[in-house]
Amino acid sequence: MLKVGFTGALRSSVNGHAQVDAQASTIRELLSGLVQRYPDLAEHVDQGIAVALDGEIYRDDWSKPIPDGSAVFLLPRIQGG
Amino acid sequence: MSGFLVSTKINGDAFQFACPSEETLLDSLRNRVGLTGVKEGCGTGDCGACSITLDGSLVCSCLVLAAEADGREIGTVEGLSDGMKLHPLQEKFIEHAALQCGICTPGFLISAKALLEKNPKPSEKEIRYALAGNLCRCTGYDKIVRAVQAAAKEMRKK
Amino acid sequence: MSHDTSYTKQKFKLIGSRVNRPDGIDKVTGRARYGADASAPGQLVGKVLRSPHAHALIKKIDTTKAEKLPGVKAVITSADMPDLTGGNRSMLDILENCMARGRALYDGHAVAAVAAVDEQTARQALKLIKVTYKRLPHVTDVDKAMLPGAPVIHDWVFTSGVDPKPEKASNVVQRNQFGHGDVEAGFAEADVIVEKTFKTEQTHQGYIEPHACLATVGPDGHGDLWVTTQGHFHFRQVCAALIGMDVAKLKVTSSEIGGGFGGKTHVWMEPVALVLAREANRPVKLVMSREEVFKATGPTSSTSVDVKIGAKKNGTITAAAAELRYQGGAFPGIWGMLGAMTSFACYDLKNVQSVGYDVICNRPKVAAYRAPSAPMAAFGIESTMDLVAEEIGMDPVKFRIKNAAKEGTQASYGPVYGPIGIGPTLKAAQNHPHMKAKLRKNQGRGMACGFWFNFGGQTCTDLNIGVDGTVSLAVGTVDVGGSRASLGLIAAEELGIEYEQVKVHIADTASLGHNDTTEGSRGTFSSGMATIFAARDAKDELCQRAAKMWDIPVSAVAWKEGKAVAKGKRHNNLAPLTLKEIAAKSPNTGGPIAGHNEVVADGAGVSFASHICDVEVDPETGATKVIRYTVVQDAGKAIHPDYVEGQFQGGAAQGIGWALNEEYIYGDDGLLQNAGFLDYRIPVCSDLPFIDTEILEIPNPNHPYGIRGVGETSIVPPLAAIGNAVSNAVGVRMTHVPMSPPRILKALDEAGV
Repeated sequence: MLKVGFTGALRSSVNGHAQVDAQASTIRELLSGLVQRYPDLAEHVDQGIAVALDGEIYRDDWSKPIPDGSAVFLLPRIQGG
Repeated sequence: MSGFLVSTKINGDAFQFACPSEETLLDSLRNRVGLTGVKEGCGTGDCGACSITLDGSLVCSCLVLAAEADGREIGTVEGLSDGMKLHPLQEKFIEHAALQCGICTPGFLISAKALLEKNPKPSEKEIRYALAGNLCRCTGYDKIVRAVQAAAKEMRKK
Repeated sequence: MSHDTSYTKQKFKLIGSRVNRPDGIDKVTGRARYGADASAPGQLVGKVLRSPHAHALIKKIDTTKAEKLPGVKAVITSADMPDLTGGNRSMLDILENCMARGRALYDGHAVAAVAAVDEQTARQALKLIKVTYKRLPHVTDVDKAMLPGAPVIHDWVFTSGVDPKPEKASNVVQRNQFGHGDVEAGFAEADVIVEKTFKTEQTHQGYIEPHACLATVGPDGHGDLWVTTQGHFHFRQVCAALIGMDVAKLKVTSSEIGGGFGGKTHVWMEPVALVLAREANRPVKLVMSREEVFKATGPTSSTSVDVKIGAKKNGTITAAAAELRYQGGAFPGIWGMLGAMTSFACYDLKNVQSVGYDVICNRPKVAAYRAPSAPMAAFGIESTMDLVAEEIGMDPVKFRIKNAAKEGTQASYGPVYGPIGIGPTLKAAQNHPHMKAKLRKNQGRGMACGFWFNFGGQTCTDLNIGVDGTVSLAVGTVDVGGSRASLGLIAAEELGIEYEQVKVHIADTASLGHNDTTEGSRGTFSSGMATIFAARDAKDELCQRAAKMWDIPVSAVAWKEGKAVAKGKRHNNLAPLTLKEIAAKSPNTGGPIAGHNEVVADGAGVSFASHICDVEVDPETGATKVIRYTVVQDAGKAIHPDYVEGQFQGGAAQGIGWALNEEYIYGDDGLLQNAGFLDYRIPVCSDLPFIDTEILEIPNPNHPYGIRGVGETSIVPPLAAIGNAVSNAVGVRMTHVPMSPPRILKALDEAGV
């Protein structure tokens, strides 16, 4: 079981929850499961999303395994200079 | 469109080119002579990237009409090194990492050379004021000033 | 193939040395070719006509006279750039920013473009284009744009992130909230609460090289684009999509780049050049003037920020909150969100809340500028930190150390930190001799901290070994500040050869797989990682070839210090084979030897810095001079210390300009009044002192060499560090950046000093 945190505008697309429980072994599984439960999240996933696993931010590699019990945060995709 | 035939000496070699009367020396050097080491950063004399020497005086080539160069001698970054041998300023700029993107480098080299010809032992403050007409956005000028100091020292040895 | 990216305590021979950069000679001799330095046979000159209004309906564009001018080969408007985005609004925004579609949204917005045989003809053609405008109400101030009566710039923008969803369009794109805990309860526990509002003005990245490109498109749909960019692969993707080309048929070559700082991560005019080239079936060179660069490309946001911090008398922060309003120009952006994410990232806070608003105004579309959005947030937060420290009578550095984030802290933007450098940079700043230096009359000292995320992302490199044993390394991340030297060091280190044996190239889009843009401080981090793995791939191949040369199993071959050595008693009489010897025999042992790697370089590792600054303020004129400046930053591992220091110094200098001088000045007419380097004054050599640097090396656990990005964080603390220094020098709290002489005099006047 994973605790998945939501920040920023993402929170309003999951009915205002700051955190939800989820079952997933990769980032891809996590996102597709969450989009099924919260269809409003699809737009954000399409636009780009970043996933923080135990403090490290992953922007692209959705095959990344998520160890059970990880602290997971979904963040809006960010840009740099 | 009226034109001019301009006869000059560029980096020691005689050179002729034709240009419209309103064309800047910067545009002629870049587009007609092929010396693209002379850079345009602003076109209004504020950034110094297009610095050259005209009869030995430091000028912004964007503020000079090409026609004004007729019968005069032009020095650009392309003429700084002596064959395979780099000018000490060129050497020290590389050694001291005095460039990041490098777009301002040709202008700085020309300005610094003009300074060291007049003042072989400039203080830090004199270097900073002499180079105040050249904008660099990458380095914060720290390593540029150090490179000029090192080059001045090197040149005094000779 | 996937590789283990974890940090190993590898011992280095070359990493950390200060070698000469491979592009040095080209750049000091004028040979290096930048965006405007390329030419093609038969090329035309492109020019863009721009709106003279802040906001106007474009009722009619009559191009007939321009088209008839001899020497004009193409004239285009948005009608020649149809919407092929298939409902993707953010792509349509890029297209609309390149060329206005029925409405000019800011002073300088492109409305038409021409290609002609020469500069003079192109300029004349622009004058012959007649545009009929109907002026519309405009707004350029972020707070005014949020007011209920403000002119609404886009009828399709409905604020997201608010509940319930709004029914009326507004200029507020989105609201983003970050944080945790209960800030109200936290403030109730506080002995001291400080609340303050801060403003920062809009600044430009100010790269010295204006945008420039050379575009060619043939009737067969094949094209070439030579362009100054931070990301040629991204430019290819965007340009191809916007103008309906096949991605593989558009080859984009990144020229040498004359500075970017985020401003060259975005497409501004390249699709226009490609369409002109296609219409004319001739190469088109399009170079922006400095005025165009200021008016129509990438400034950063102007902002308005409210900060509230509460603390106990012992120095523990009990709650911190901020509302940040960021002006993003004429199109939706994510800048307020980034401001909100970064604002409290330096601290370990039980109760924290930051709310960011992204706001549209009639100004050019905002682009990333070095650690985008973080400096403005840091100005508000770090200024307030000083005020709280003063209220509780604690040294501001001690106050920050007491509350600094550490490994295991939940960041204000969500995740939990791994090993991080904020504490160490603060301690290094505290112990720095600069902190103890004496100050004179009218002088003040300030310090501040800064945070930036850093990215990794998609990367690939190709490493080819020539028959003479020299190595050509092709990378796809544009070199903006000397990364070729660092990557050459890494390749040489891995292979165990001399640095001079390696030549690093930036490959074009046809020669290498996709590489993300050089942004987010990712160049050396991610291409460094791909280079390590490509070199290891090549070493495996070198061992295979040595095995063949020796006729022994490859399992009996190892790579040591640049040589293949045979292992085991049976083979120990074999003399090691150097890379050069193996390469020489490569035609007969299986052909060319190469290493290759594709990687998504994630786990870039967050970055922190602490800056110290001394200023002297002239009370008569309000002019401020920076007299000493020190940057302390964590680099993970400094591959080439000169260029790490260069990033620290360059970011600090940009921050100093922002803090003291630089600002976009708009008139009531919504027009930009200072679109040139004379009136938009960036720091010159005589404005600055030497900028001291201290590089800390706290290895990034997610990179084999421990590298963290270093490019951006250095611009985050300066606004606040200088704000604190000026405030300490004059005895009045400065809350508005830039702290230009008139603004300082006004603050002194108002305070009755």
